[in-house]
Amino acid sequence: MMAPKRRRLYLVGGGMTSLGLAVCLVIFAFQDNLVFFYSPSELAKQPLAAEQRIRVGGLVQEGSVVSEGDGLTTRFRITDLSESIAVTYTGILPSLFREGQGVIVQGYLQSPESFVADEVLAKHDENYMPPEVAEALKQSGQWKESRD
Amino acid sequence: MINLHRYANPNQFMRLSSPLVPVVGFLTCSLFPIGLYLALFVSPPDYEQRETVRIMYVHVPAAWMALLSYTLMATFSAVALIWRHPLANVMARSVAPIGASFTLICLITGSLWGQPTWGTWWVWDARLTSVLILFFLFVGYLVLYGAFDDMAKGARAAGLIAIVGFIFVPIIKFSVDLLDLRTLHQGASVSKLSSPAIHESMMWPLMIMAAAYLCYLITFLLLGVRTEIMAARLRAGHRMRAEKGVQLGSSE
Repeated sequence: MMAPKRRRLYLVGGGMTSLGLAVCLVIFAFQDNLVFFYSPSELAKQPLAAEQRIRVGGLVQEGSVVSEGDGLTTRFRITDLSESIAVTYTGILPSLFREGQGVIVQGYLQSPESFVADEVLAKHDENYMPPEVAEALKQSGQWKESRD
Repeated sequence: MINLHRYANPNQFMRLSSPLVPVVGFLTCSLFPIGLYLALFVSPPDYEQRETVRIMYVHVPAAWMALLSYTLMATFSAVALIWRHPLANVMARSVAPIGASFTLICLITGSLWGQPTWGTWWVWDARLTSVLILFFLFVGYLVLYGAFDDMAKGARAAGLIAIVGFIFVPIIKFSVDLLDLRTLHQGASVSKLSSPAIHESMMWPLMIMAAAYLCYLITFLLLGVRTEIMAARLRAGHRMRAEKGVQLGSSE
């Protein structure tokens, strides 16, 4: 005969263990649906329907940003360093937007290689430092430009 | 096994906590001005976010302490459920409103930071969504606790919510790093193994702010539990007097 205290301890412990296990399985099973954005490589592998509103994330490819004549439309490429996709966006870009910066765009695929965005979000990395330190790192060549 | 009941005695708690309250209260009152001054005036602007980075000193400790509050609430609830300690439910109930406020501070300051940095007030990515659920868990706990006429029943139902909801604490923690959920929210800076994630001149104000938040949490947890014990004593006193009054009245 088990003491009631011990029995309740096993009940709570067992319950939490199985719940944790169940949640882990659910997360791993639904990981593809829980991700916030697709990468250009994933889009190249499995093209999605044009009417589906999706998010694509990656780095703004160096030298790819072109401003259109109307002053609002911008064309650029998003790359994950193996595949890339062309993006057209009309609107105001976030202040952190520039070449080499991680961004997430939301919109529709026009064709497998081109994307029309109605929203551009800048991704911020986990590095925080004063401007002088960033400058010193760049000068000493220890600056890592690759971000995600 | 150590006799935990000894520390769960309300009289013992009142005796031990009464000299502690002014100490942690004083620490809270002195650490917040120091931390805020360092964070808002002394620390440098970020190379990329500029002055917006100062929101981080309020946002990040609030998020840490929200997770700590939930962990405490779930632990106290489990102790109450398994060992039936008289104080454990009171402790869990007292930490809940503090944790809910920290979570709300975290959500609001995060939103204020997200607008200029990301370009949006809110997105439904894994990190932001799981923190919003944490807020609802705190609120749900508080609502359920008071929803029953029988206080013990409410405490038990709310305790179960707290324990089951604890599953969200590791999800929040790991949503940006271990799990490859590709959030808009950036990864952890302070616990990152490879350097440099956060510069020393920014780390110090952040740590002092975290200590201030922690002292605030301890102060108001102690005050909340003390208030609840005194309220229970008052109720017991009223009940006893009322019973005596009935007896006196009937004997006449």
